[in-house]
Amino acid sequence: MQIDGREVKARDDMTVLQAARTAGIHIPTLCHHEKLEPFGACRMCMVEVEARGRKNYVVSCLYPVAQDLVVRTRSERVDKIRRVILEELLAHAPNSPELVALAREYRADRDRFEKDASFCILCGLCVRYCAEVKQKNAVDFIERGARREISFIPEIAAKECWDCQECFALCPTSYAQAAYFLTEALAFPGRRKAGVANA
Amino acid sequence: MDSANIDQIIEKHRGKPGDLIHVLMEIQHQNHWLPRDVLHQVAAALDIPFSRVLRIATLYKTFSLTPKGRNEVQVCTGISCHLRGANKLLDAVQRVTGIKPGETDANWRYSVDTGSCLGSCSIGPEIIVNGTHHARMTPAKVEDVLKDYQ
Repeated sequence: MQIDGREVKARDDMTVLQAARTAGIHIPTLCHHEKLEPFGACRMCMVEVEARGRKNYVVSCLYPVAQDLVVRTRSERVDKIRRVILEELLAHAPNSPELVALAREYRADRDRFEKDASFCILCGLCVRYCAEVKQKNAVDFIERGARREISFIPEIAAKECWDCQECFALCPTSYAQAAYFLTEALAFPGRRKAGVANA
Repeated sequence: MDSANIDQIIEKHRGKPGDLIHVLMEIQHQNHWLPRDVLHQVAAALDIPFSRVLRIATLYKTFSLTPKGRNEVQVCTGISCHLRGANKLLDAVQRVTGIKPGETDANWRYSVDTGSCLGSCSIGPEIIVNGTHHARMTPAKVEDVLKDYQ
């Protein structure tokens, strides 16, 4: 197959994103993680694919490779799609370092949409990491549609989270950490680093 | 509803993770809501993480995590019913029951909710009480219909 004009070889079970990364071609992602199943939530990895003369726009993290596929990771339309996604996400998390860096690259306007600071961009990294890697299921999505959000389940979080905290580093916006401590403050007695309180 | 009944429903599906929605629906229909400790029982019996049970229970509108009254009153506010006076109908329902949409009265007699669309445009405006459709409703008829539901 061809990515950005280069011939690229890939195994049958690979996705376009994996093939591109193996070949050293960069595609931006927010919800992708090597250890986790592809999720397709953030749509940042959208690319243009051309097969049998037809152009299509697909999320590369879910799209399987195929013979004679022609992929373009940057084009005016692809850039525009990514720019609008970024502008929408920036309304939720205007100071996320990852988003700000991408916004600079794609010339996204941080103030295009009215701010709705939910801080969470629903990438699902914390939820999936907790379920797939740690298998603790301490954090999950609740509600639906515009009210969908991540929620630490107090019954599980009280036992598991303090000694793990690994999802905090995965979160592109620091919201996972904030959500945990908010749950802790509301629902169960938390723990603190030893020695600090007496200092 | 007593807990023996709930236990019976849960027992029927023990060890079958794929039955989650069925279990929740059966309990919802009998008990009118899903208490948190029941959800814990469901998670344990079906061998599902508790967080996933919560995710499903909060995703679908069928399920309620807060107590509901014995009789569920739904007023259609879809566009057809709206044009035929659903607003006045809703006002009448609120006056008779004394509660607003999303609320339950102190005697657990009614829970009122709105919906759009409830799917019977040709016979609107309508209210649904415990699944029974009452068609061509007028504010005057509301009291008559609701008084039969204790």
